[in-house]
Amino acid sequence: MLWDALLLKLGYNAALVAIGAALLGFAAGATGTFLFLRKRALVSDAVSHATLPGVGLAFIVMVALGGDGRNLAGLLLGSALSAGAGLWALSWLTRHTRLAEDAAIGAVLSVFFGFGVVLLTVIQTMTAGRQAGLESFLLGSTAGMLRVDALVIAISGALVLVAVVILRRPMTMVAFDPEFAATQGISVHRVDMATMGLVMAVTVIGLKVVGLILIVAMLIIPPVTARFWSDRSGRVVLLAGAFGALSGYVGAAISATTPALPTGPIIVLVAFGFFVLSMLVAPGRGVLAATVRHLRYQRRVHLRQGLLALAQGQPVYENLTRRLLRRAGLMRADGVPTDRGRVRAARALLDETRWQAVRADPAHEGAASLYDGLRDIETVLTRDQIEEIDRRIGGPKEVRT
Amino acid sequence: MSGEEFVPLSLPPLLIGTFAAIACALPGNFLVLRRQALIGDAISHVVLPGIVVAFLLTGAVSTWPMMLGAMGAAVVAVVLIELIRRLGRIEPGAAMGVVFTAMFAGGVLLLEQSDTSSVHLDVQHALYGNLESLIWLDATGWGSLLDTDALRYLPPELPRMGFTLLGVAAFILLFWRPLKISTFDEGFARSVGIPTAALGLALVVVAAIAAVAAFDAVGSIIVIAMFICPPAAARMMTNRLEVQVGWSVVFAAVSAVLGYVLAGYGPLWLGADDAVSAAGMIATVSGVILVLAARFGPCRTRAGAPAEG
Repeated sequence: MLWDALLLKLGYNAALVAIGAALLGFAAGATGTFLFLRKRALVSDAVSHATLPGVGLAFIVMVALGGDGRNLAGLLLGSALSAGAGLWALSWLTRHTRLAEDAAIGAVLSVFFGFGVVLLTVIQTMTAGRQAGLESFLLGSTAGMLRVDALVIAISGALVLVAVVILRRPMTMVAFDPEFAATQGISVHRVDMATMGLVMAVTVIGLKVVGLILIVAMLIIPPVTARFWSDRSGRVVLLAGAFGALSGYVGAAISATTPALPTGPIIVLVAFGFFVLSMLVAPGRGVLAATVRHLRYQRRVHLRQGLLALAQGQPVYENLTRRLLRRAGLMRADGVPTDRGRVRAARALLDETRWQAVRADPAHEGAASLYDGLRDIETVLTRDQIEEIDRRIGGPKEVRT
Repeated sequence: MSGEEFVPLSLPPLLIGTFAAIACALPGNFLVLRRQALIGDAISHVVLPGIVVAFLLTGAVSTWPMMLGAMGAAVVAVVLIELIRRLGRIEPGAAMGVVFTAMFAGGVLLLEQSDTSSVHLDVQHALYGNLESLIWLDATGWGSLLDTDALRYLPPELPRMGFTLLGVAAFILLFWRPLKISTFDEGFARSVGIPTAALGLALVVVAAIAAVAAFDAVGSIIVIAMFICPPAAARMMTNRLEVQVGWSVVFAAVSAVLGYVLAGYGPLWLGADDAVSAAGMIATVSGVILVLAARFGPCRTRAGAPAEG
């Protein structure tokens, strides 16, 4: 069943929804990356909630003009206008008053949403509004998605992507170093507004599929997921788009298999699943990789310290160290080093002694700063330098026992 | 308007709305100053799965399991946010966004999957609350306020919200000095021996309690709006924290009363028949107050910064 859905065999509407959700996911992921890198991810929350009064007003205006209040293009235009107003209010509050951005976000979000709810209740009392179904914009509703709606999503999503491609350099620069961008003659405020404009466009497109409360998730979760996999901004943008598209596609397919599964929440939960998976297994920044790295480091430190102790004839008491030394065949169970252990211990002690000499010598300041107790000195100094240091240390001395 | 109509139909929602508004605005003052204003937003999203799970476990819409479920969900969210922030090394805003949207989606999914059609539990209810339906049918007039028989049938939200407000106010009053010091200068607060981490957590917990109690009575819009708008407006009025808290209480109460009255009677004045959402109107009024304060408040700009047009 799910397989059929993934292969778009569950009928026309299901296929339309899946493709639309994938396109939306790609646009949202790519756009959200810049917001996330700018550390302003939650601005999208304000923008998305601010669309509600626009939807209500557009409905009222269209009905008042004698048209059908449910015209999707009209509703989306209204939502874009009110999201723009919300964005303007947000930027005005942060620039011209003492409020911090988070307070401004919260204020815009709650007030616009509250006003939108008031308008929704007004619409419910209108004769034309009884079956308006505007509540579906809160959580999205893909059941009655038409070909036109899918086309609107596809075209506007493509436009957003084109804009992202054009604006990627200034947006990246502003995200990483706004001061530097300003010295390069880029208007930080304008670039920020352009980014927000793209976010607004994605929000408006996504109203139909995931609804205004959950579109935030499509803008935040895929970029955060992608960030685990790469440190290069261009790749993060593409990966975020890919994760967004995949979540949209898979989520829509899953929800098509059962009638009672709402599309929006499923898409978000699929995206969250990708996020958790990435956080655990991604190389480099993932939890698993970090744990492995930590364990490996721990083992190296214990081995080194154990070898140094053996070299100086000191008994090793620490359990982990004993276990590591024995497993490597460097020490017998009674704490006496094996032949191989003696060789390795002597090498470790020589290395450590060379390091001491390097660190005591101001001429090797640069090399000394690399000392971490693990690095072999051969990887830092040339053979000539090591020979010079060995001359200073002198040859092997008799050990008095 | 006569007492016979006002006391049973309008007095309880007015009082509940006002108590909820003030209970959220009080901790909101500190949250806004500490730049944690969006905690109210996050909490009001994540309580939904908690409430739904509590409903699924008990099978009934009863208050205490739902409050516990909501609190549990809030705690889970705080832990998850911290975990993602630390393990994934992600900035707090994005970590918050990931957690609360995912948990809200989970809540919506559970709600749609479970059979809640027989009871009054849906997403709209969670968002807007049902302030208008909190009526006191046993009251016959002002005299009922002294009538113990009638008082027993007060909507249970009223005493609950009243006690929540008392608790929140007591917390703020009791920890006033440490809260104030740690909000403005955390390093100094630590150096004089204030446990800032525990205090910050306690503030979030108190905010969560206020949010959950208010959420149950009036829906999440009021919660988010009241955490932020009255304190933010009050911030434009003064540079003194004591005065700011006072203003925020005034603003919260004015928003609640004016919003309720406008929602209930405004459409009638304009010739329409039906009332509009009180919760939405209260949030709208608080926004209008914020705009006025941001435009004309004596302390609206950042200290030292030149006033821009």
